[in-house]
Amino acid sequence: MKRHHRRQLATALALVAATAAGHAQSANDPFEGWNRGVFAFNEELDAAILKPVATAYTKVVPELARAGVTNFFNNFRDGWSAINHLLQGKPVAAAEMGMRVATNALFGIGGIFDPATDLGMERRREDFGQTLGRWGFPAGPYLVLPLFGPSSLRDTAGLTLDLAWATGYLTNDEGVRIGLTVLELIDVRAGLLGATRIVDEIALDKYVFIRDGYLTRRRSMVYDGDPPDLPESDDEVSDKAPETASDNAPK
Amino acid sequence: MFKQMLAALSMALALGAVHAQTAPDALIKQVSDEVIDTVKGDKAIQSGDVGKIITLVDTKVMPHVNFQRMTASAVGRHWKGATPEQQKRLQDEFKTLIVRTYAGALTQVKDQTVQLKPLRAGADDTEVVVRTEVKGKGDPIQLDYRLEKSGSTWKIYDVNVLGVWLVDQYRSSFAQEIGTGGVDGLIAKLTERNKAAVKT
Repeated sequence: MKRHHRRQLATALALVAATAAGHAQSANDPFEGWNRGVFAFNEELDAAILKPVATAYTKVVPELARAGVTNFFNNFRDGWSAINHLLQGKPVAAAEMGMRVATNALFGIGGIFDPATDLGMERRREDFGQTLGRWGFPAGPYLVLPLFGPSSLRDTAGLTLDLAWATGYLTNDEGVRIGLTVLELIDVRAGLLGATRIVDEIALDKYVFIRDGYLTRRRSMVYDGDPPDLPESDDEVSDKAPETASDNAPK
Repeated sequence: MFKQMLAALSMALALGAVHAQTAPDALIKQVSDEVIDTVKGDKAIQSGDVGKIITLVDTKVMPHVNFQRMTASAVGRHWKGATPEQQKRLQDEFKTLIVRTYAGALTQVKDQTVQLKPLRAGADDTEVVVRTEVKGKGDPIQLDYRLEKSGSTWKIYDVNVLGVWLVDQYRSSFAQEIGTGGVDGLIAKLTERNKAAVKT
């Protein structure tokens, strides 16, 4: 039974790989029309509310306090990373992340400070979408979610569990929960202010740029930063020829 | 006295050159350290002086980059159909775009150091991947380089930031522009993007 499942999974994976190779130029994005709509909505929401609030937040709240907020949420997410390391069959990494969380909780006053980093304990993030990837689930089609932004079918499934952890663990008080979620959102957006400005400047088509970047980065993350090469497509093979030819071409 | 100093200096330079020839990872480490040290010691760069950053990139980084190969890979199969004039313009505009990206990233440099990961390459390899990690206050940032050996020197032809190869990242956008407006359409789009960024 188990083996049968695995074979099905392998077939599905091979299919996905084959599609990826066949359409090297276009990512797995069958819902592009819908996705672009949500993307435009997110952009407007960001420009109207999120970005101004995050900008004001970085101006009004002193850096030390902001760092405390970031550390607190990070330590919290690190706990979830530890669990996901474990689910991915990486007990050593899980234990290291667990130590990290414990260190910051104890010596960092509940995670407001980050002494673990100063002690050389590195943060290696994992979420449930990556765990699913590790188990062999293909990313599936690209999806843009309202508010959350770029995702895939697999990562959306993962996100539901990530959120369940994030909101359910700390407190049962609805008001506190919403307050924390809003603060986390602002914290994350403030951390991205620099990055989004760069994307605005260098992307030809922002939607395509973010989509391709997201899918590639997530694939890389599933393999912990060292993914196997994709099978070479016809396009890439023909890339090689012009390169050598152009070396001889007059400048 | 002066002569001795000069001799020592030229020896150091020669040693540096030999070192760079033999080890691609040593080259990456040297260039990264130089760039980071320069940024750390320069308040103008930290506050985003684009002109100064571009000079830094042009003098320290670009001599070690095979930009023609980078552009050709990003443009893909349409590269060989392009005229030498079009190829040159593509290369120039793409370079401006990339240098600006790099410039944006450099303004974020504060307390970072670059650490090399073990190199997996044979002695005869002419193409290698050098993997590094930028470590600072936040999470470590993955920064990898593809290098090729041309003659006796190593040149970078692709960069990977956070798991995304730069050339791959641009390939589908480029294909899309070429699909609608041909190679000239892509050149126009790149030029327009670079001009818009200069204004802001």
